[in-house]
Amino acid sequence: MDAVFLARLQFGLIAGFHFLFPPTTLGLTFIVVILETLHARTNNDAYKRLSAFLVKILGTVFVMGVATGISLEFAFGNNWAAYSRTVGDIFGAPLAAEAIFSFFLESVFLGILVFGRDRVKPKTYRLSAFLVFLGAHLSGLWIIIANSWMQTPAGFRMEGGRAVLDDFFAAAFNPSTLVRFVHTILGGWMTGALVVLAIAAWLTLRGRSADKAALLFKPALAVFAVAAVLQLGTGHAHSVQVTRTQPEKMAAFEALWRTENGAPFTVFGIPDEKNERTLLAVRIPKMLSFLVSFDPNSRVLGLDEFPKEERPPVLLPFASYHVMILLGLGFIAMGAWGLWLQARKKLVTSRGFLKLLIFAVPLPYLANELGWIAAEVGRQPWAVYRVLRTADAASSVVPAGNILFSIVLFTIIYALIGIVGLRIILKTVRGGPDGEAATAGKGAV
Amino acid sequence: MEAGTFLQNVWFLLIGVLLAGYSVLDGFDLGIGVLLPFLAKTEDEKRSLLGAIGPVWDGNEVWLLAGGGALFAAFPPAYATVFSGFYLALMLVLFALILRAVSLEFRAHDPARKGLWEVVFVGSSLLPAFLFGVALGNVVAGVPLDTRGEYAGTVFTLLRPWPLAVGALGLCVFMLQGSAYAALKTDGAVRERARRAARILAGLVFAALFAAFFLVLVLYPYLFDRTPSWLVGNFVCLLCILFLVALKKGRDGLAFFLSSAIFAGLWGVIGAIHYPNLVRATDPALSLTVANASSSPLALKIMLVIALIGMPLVVGYTVFAYRVFKGKVRPGEGGY
Repeated sequence: MDAVFLARLQFGLIAGFHFLFPPTTLGLTFIVVILETLHARTNNDAYKRLSAFLVKILGTVFVMGVATGISLEFAFGNNWAAYSRTVGDIFGAPLAAEAIFSFFLESVFLGILVFGRDRVKPKTYRLSAFLVFLGAHLSGLWIIIANSWMQTPAGFRMEGGRAVLDDFFAAAFNPSTLVRFVHTILGGWMTGALVVLAIAAWLTLRGRSADKAALLFKPALAVFAVAAVLQLGTGHAHSVQVTRTQPEKMAAFEALWRTENGAPFTVFGIPDEKNERTLLAVRIPKMLSFLVSFDPNSRVLGLDEFPKEERPPVLLPFASYHVMILLGLGFIAMGAWGLWLQARKKLVTSRGFLKLLIFAVPLPYLANELGWIAAEVGRQPWAVYRVLRTADAASSVVPAGNILFSIVLFTIIYALIGIVGLRIILKTVRGGPDGEAATAGKGAV
Repeated sequence: MEAGTFLQNVWFLLIGVLLAGYSVLDGFDLGIGVLLPFLAKTEDEKRSLLGAIGPVWDGNEVWLLAGGGALFAAFPPAYATVFSGFYLALMLVLFALILRAVSLEFRAHDPARKGLWEVVFVGSSLLPAFLFGVALGNVVAGVPLDTRGEYAGTVFTLLRPWPLAVGALGLCVFMLQGSAYAALKTDGAVRERARRAARILAGLVFAALFAAFFLVLVLYPYLFDRTPSWLVGNFVCLLCILFLVALKKGRDGLAFFLSSAIFAGLWGVIGAIHYPNLVRATDPALSLTVANASSSPLALKIMLVIALIGMPLVVGYTVFAYRVFKGKVRPGEGGY
């Protein structure tokens, strides 16, 4: 098998698996900070119990994120040595900065959060919770800076086949960084908030620590519902940016084969790349033009503007992008329904909605992964957009067999730790906020 | 050989500092991982040892990621050559680091398979503690590189006597560091065992140091032209003796400080031998050096600003966290 294909497969596998954990951390740390603040405000010990309960889960999720994150730093050198040589001048700094500015912060204060409740003052504990929250978000910022530079590279010049940094801030805050950062963070907030909502729903349905579970709904639902609505705005802004800066990617997202004035939005369809047409297409006329520029007759570039060897694949980005949007709209509806129930004080008795919360947990994860797939596959055939082709980015000295071997081992190890990690999280959840597992910092065994 | 510019030299030094920081900090929890079966016999003893590293191992490991990230950012070709060239060896390190990270958490929460996760923890501490030194030994002794700076050897090239001796030396120092920290953080039988292990390990470090020394004399006499490496090497030997004295007097804190100094001193020896090389090639003309394998001056400057702002903060709150958890491990603490 082709080494470049295997290297891509491996990166997709390890990055996709890793990307289950950081979004959870983003949302969970946010809720923990809210609970700690509420505890300080109200002096209600239930909030402290709930925070300790979520911190226990956070601890497991964080460890899984750390374990699977190391692989990515290795991967750029292992499998993508040519990439590292070519763009290391720019790409390396955000990775190092992530460790120095955020990962240290997150890890050191998570240690205090998980193990130090009895050893620090309540105020210091609250500050630690906030610093873990801050570290997680800064970490996201640096990673999105690095990834956005691959999407919309800026602030550099090419010199002897190497990208050389010209302007750090232009490179870091390139045209897609900020919108992608906010979009990713909001996705994380929804993910973590829904996990908390599902836990609260499960405890309520089981009648376990129901009084405490009830306290979780309000903050988690607020975060979820607000983030879902805001996400519509950032999603829109991101689409506009993609249309401007990576038009062939937007053309792939929308299976827009030919440039059109007044381009339609394809609600459903099956792109047929060979014949450059969309089967069973359901379209809203002029909608795409309207969405990307608020002018129903504006010109949107189609795939025909670009040479065949520079076009991204269409089917996968199209499908990922559309399912992600559908999920996003679903989250808005779910959030609104929840708020409506809560306003009428019927939330904890609406068994149907509580069950929905539990069964919906995989969906934000799916939406995160689909957004990432759309972004990364939509960038092909480039590793760095119009700078370096993916085919030229792989290590030249690594035989395909070695990559295959490591893929097999990654699969086995990740499956193993995925299963065990999930079981541990479920066990903690079953213990509930009054279970022995929740008494963090007091020696749980 | 061409010396580097100021910024290139600073980054050679800073990466050394980050890796030394990793060795000193993650060193003790790797060492405790390797020594766990020897130091702790009962479940309570194991818990107290794991409780000593529970709150801090994760922050310690970030030093490795920071060092790796800094190598990537400051010297991309060296990072690319080593990580793609030493592929299978580094995959083993990587899988060990992954399993090690989860095994502590899993041991605590998956009682049905406690023993299994413990074995995984010990094994996945042992493997990196040995392989780091092997990789370093190869980079210092020289490996075959082609004209593009790509690794031209095989996985067996890495298993030469001197790099293996450096691996053994590294393993001994990791264990020394672990035993010193264990003595500092525990009481009773575990502390006594840790102190005994530390005495033996100090001897082993001495022996491994001399083995590495004589192998260099025979195999790579060209590594001997550096006066500073001699001075620092002798200083490290002196520290080993002081370590034994501190241990004998029951000054556990001082002993831990000295074993940390031994580790940092060994990095000094390596740095003095190795500069200005990053990856020495069998044909010296092809070596990757700070001068020919660095990022642009602007990138190095930006990185330096990041380090100067970030690292004092990191050191500050790391010290704070260690003070929070200072003293002997309290019974049952750490959740393990």
